Amino acid sequence: MNFTFRRKRITGILAVVPANERSFIDEMKNYNFPEARSLKLKEVMGYDKRRIVEPGVCVSDLAVFGLQHLFDRGLLIREEIDALILVTQSPDYFLPPTSNVIQGRLGLGHDIFCQDISQGCAGFVIGLIQAFLLLEQESIGKVILINGDVLSRRVSPKDRNIYPLMGDAVSITVVERDTKDSMIHSSFKMDGTRREALIIPAGGFRLPSTPETAVLEDVGDNNLRAKDHLRMDGSAIFNFVQVEVPQLIERLLAGAGVSLDAVDYFLCHQPNRFMVQKLADKMRVPYAKMPSNVVERFGNSGATTLPMAMILNLAGELQKGDCLVCLAGYGVGLTWAAMLMQLGELAFCEAIDYP
Amino acid sequence: MKSIADILGRIRPEFDFTASNDFIGDGMLDSFDVVTLVAELDRNYGISIQGVDIVPENFQNLQTIEALLRKSGVQL
Repeated sequence: MNFTFRRKRITGILAVVPANERSFIDEMKNYNFPEARSLKLKEVMGYDKRRIVEPGVCVSDLAVFGLQHLFDRGLLIREEIDALILVTQSPDYFLPPTSNVIQGRLGLGHDIFCQDISQGCAGFVIGLIQAFLLLEQESIGKVILINGDVLSRRVSPKDRNIYPLMGDAVSITVVERDTKDSMIHSSFKMDGTRREALIIPAGGFRLPSTPETAVLEDVGDNNLRAKDHLRMDGSAIFNFVQVEVPQLIERLLAGAGVSLDAVDYFLCHQPNRFMVQKLADKMRVPYAKMPSNVVERFGNSGATTLPMAMILNLAGELQKGDCLVCLAGYGVGLTWAAMLMQLGELAFCEAIDYP
Repeated sequence: MKSIADILGRIRPEFDFTASNDFIGDGMLDSFDVVTLVAELDRNYGISIQGVDIVPENFQNLQTIEALLRKSGVQL
């Protein structure tokens, strides 16, 4: 499905990452796995440093900290916020919505649209789509898109398939109308028949958490995991990304009438370096135009790897003139989504630590 | 240039890869070993094996890996 939008733009991006840094080298002993093989994986996949929250820290804690940072520095005026969209899969509660929790904790006014969206690694593009749709309303002039997860809290430390790459983070993106006649193209697809490729089996209403669902089980390859933990079929996800994402981007660019070479940067979700580089090879995009360095410094924090890639690689450039960027996110659902837009003249583009 | 068997032997030195016809089924390679193997083959042969070709069937034995290398442009 394709959507197009006119006269909308991102005007600021802030990421909030936990100060708590973990190192793959220090954690290798947690895995029932020879050290030499772990070191080879580190080199190929880009496992190195990652940031995870301390026990008990929730998405709203990081979001409130980040928004308060922007208020305190005059980078965002609380009265100007018309909508708060939170894209997360690790809400503070089943109910109320965590976006309402954030609104309440910050004492934002009642004349506001709060919404939680349950999406994962495609959530930056999906959240932008929702923000742009809201901006079609006259009463909405400024949307705050928050992407964030603290899923390290739901991953087995004995699961080498996932634990070494999990990171936690929140990003705050300010989305407004553009005075220029800018055009944004987006394309996305969803396939619920493959929903079990990325799933936390227990903890919802289908399979409530019990002492049994918390028991670690041998799931092969020397990994231990409980039903309360995040489960990923790595091979299925890898294949899904390599098959579907290049086609999606190709169609997006063709629909927009833009050549691959005309795009300044391809900012793709970064589950690991190997997957992103294979994507770049398949699309014949130079690695310099498709950064893959977020995961080795911060871990895979889901949808926030896209804004983190902007902050880490393009902050200076994005505070000056415009770049033509192609965003792509893919993951849980399964969902895959891409967007082509001008990005630049940002009022802020930075990352801060959550103490 | 190293042979495929040499590369496999460096990844999992405890196995004899000339003695099996089903590396995956016999538990000699798991999905992360396949990723490591692809990275080593890419580097050794100066290629980039396509992501869509990184499926278990292509890593079952020495013959399927050879076929994959040929498909990826290697002249063996």
